[in-house]
Amino acid sequence: MKTNLHPNVQLALGVMLGVLVTATLVTHLIGRLRPAMDLGEIRSRLRSWWVIAGLFGLALVLERGWALFFFAWVSYLALKEYLSLIPTRRADRRVLLWAYGAIPFQYLWIYLGWYGAFLVFVPVFLFLAIPMRMVLIGETAGFLRAAGTIHWGAMVTVFAIGHVAYLLVLPSSVNPNGAGSGLVLFLVALTQLNDVAQFLWGKAVGRARVMPTVSPNKTWGGLIGGIVTTVALALVCFRALTPFTLREAVLAGIVISVFGFVGDVVISAVKRDLQVKDSGALIPGHGGILDRLDSLTYTAPLFFHFTVYLYR
Amino acid sequence: MITSSLRQAFFWLVVRPFLLIVVGMNVRHRERLPVEGPAIIVANHNSHLDTMALMTLLPARLLRVTRPVAAADYFLTSRLRAWFALKIIGIIPIDRAGRAPGTDPLADVSEALDRGEIVIVFPEGSRGEPEELTTFKKGVAHLAKRNPHVPVVPVFMHGLGKSLPKDDWLPVPFFVDVFVGESMYGSDDHRAFTQAMTESIQALAGEGRFPTWD
Repeated sequence: MKTNLHPNVQLALGVMLGVLVTATLVTHLIGRLRPAMDLGEIRSRLRSWWVIAGLFGLALVLERGWALFFFAWVSYLALKEYLSLIPTRRADRRVLLWAYGAIPFQYLWIYLGWYGAFLVFVPVFLFLAIPMRMVLIGETAGFLRAAGTIHWGAMVTVFAIGHVAYLLVLPSSVNPNGAGSGLVLFLVALTQLNDVAQFLWGKAVGRARVMPTVSPNKTWGGLIGGIVTTVALALVCFRALTPFTLREAVLAGIVISVFGFVGDVVISAVKRDLQVKDSGALIPGHGGILDRLDSLTYTAPLFFHFTVYLYR
Repeated sequence: MITSSLRQAFFWLVVRPFLLIVVGMNVRHRERLPVEGPAIIVANHNSHLDTMALMTLLPARLLRVTRPVAAADYFLTSRLRAWFALKIIGIIPIDRAGRAPGTDPLADVSEALDRGEIVIVFPEGSRGEPEELTTFKKGVAHLAKRNPHVPVVPVFMHGLGKSLPKDDWLPVPFFVDVFVGESMYGSDDHRAFTQAMTESIQALAGEGRFPTWD
C-alpha cells in the first residue's frame, strides 16, 4: 500500500489514535474502580468514535479516490437519513432519485478538481432540475414544500459536506505543511473536538442559555469555553497542518467554533420542527449521521472559503 | 442442491447487499427475534421487500428453514415466477380465494411448523396501500391455536413501502425501521388473539415517529 500522506498528517493521525486509546483506557479504569457506575452510553459512544476515526483515517491514508468515495458515501447516508426523516410525497420518488443522483456527479467534479462545476452544480443546476422533474410528474399539492425541502437537504448533505472533500484536491501550493489532508484533518478534528468541548464546558460552568427555544442545553458557558478550547487547539496544530499565520489560526479557530455551534443548533431546530430527538439510529451512542455532521455542515464551507480566499 | 445454493447466493449476493446499501435497516429489540424454529413471524405488509428484510434479519443459519407464506394466486401465475417464489424465496403457497370443501388451507403451514421451520405470515393478506395498516385476518390465530407452543413474534416495519411500493418497480433509498415485539402464544379465542396481535403491532408502530408520506 502506498501512501502520499504528509508526515505531519501521519503524526496528527497518531495523536488522534493516542487520544482514543487514552479515552478507552480511562473508561476501562473507571469501570474497574466504580463498577456501580453506568458506562454503557459512554462505551457505545467511544466504540462509535473508534469506527468513525478508523474509517476517516483509512480514507486519508489510501489514495485520493478512496477518500472521495468515503466522503461521497457520507453524503449519501446523510441525504438518505434526511429524506427518511422529512415528510415526502409519494409522487416525488423519482425526484428523490435525482437528488441522490447528484452525489456521484458532485464528487466527480471534485475528483476532477473542476472548481466551477463544484460551486454551481448543486446550488444552480440541481436547484433548477428538481422543480423541473416535479412538473413533469404533475402533482401540484405540496409542490413548494417538496421542492424546498428536497433542495435544502441536497445543499446540506451534498454541497456543504462536499467542501470537506474539495479540500483534498486543492493544489499542493495552497498548503505546503500537510497538503489537503492536513486541512481536512484540521477542520474535522477541530469541529468534532469543539462539539465535545462545548458539551463539557456547558456541563461544568454552563448557566445562561443561548437559545432556549431551539436547544435548551446550549449555554453561554459552554459556547465560550468551547471557543477558548478550540482556539487553543488550533494554536497547537496549525503549524503542522495548515499554511496559516498565528493570527489566521486564531481566526480559523473562532470561525470553526462559532459556526460549529450554529450548525449544531440549526440541525437541532430541524429536529425540533420534525419532533424527533435524534436524526436517526445509524451511530450507536450518537444517534444519526446528521447528529454527528451537524456542525460540519457550517464549518466545512466556511473554513473552505476562508482558506481559499487567503491561499489559493 | 443446486437450487439451495442458488437460494443462498441470491440472499448473500443480491438481497443482503441491496438491503444494506440501498435501504439500511434500523432494528429495535432484535433480541426478540427467534433464534430457532419453529416460530411464526407476523408483520405488516407494504412491499415485496418486507419478506426479504425479515428473512435477512434472522440468523443466517436459519435461512434454510425460513418460509414466507404467500398468495398462490399471485406467485404461481407464471412458471418462472413460481420457480423463483418456490425455490429461491421458498414460499409456502396458500389459497387466498377460499377453501375447497374438505381441505385444510393451513395444512402446508402446519406441516412446516411440525418440521421446525420458521414461517413468515402477513396477516393483512396483501400489500395494500403503502404504509397503511389494514385489518388482520384470522389465519394466524388458527395456526397459533393448533400449535400452542410455537411463539408468534409480531413485527412492525416502516419505510419499505416508501422504498418499493406496490405499484412501482424502481426502488428509492430510504432508511427503514423494524420494531420487534414480545412473543405471543395461541389461545382458543380467535377474535381475542387477532385483536391482541393487532394491538401489539400498533403499539410497536407507536414506538416510532414517522413522517407523513402522501
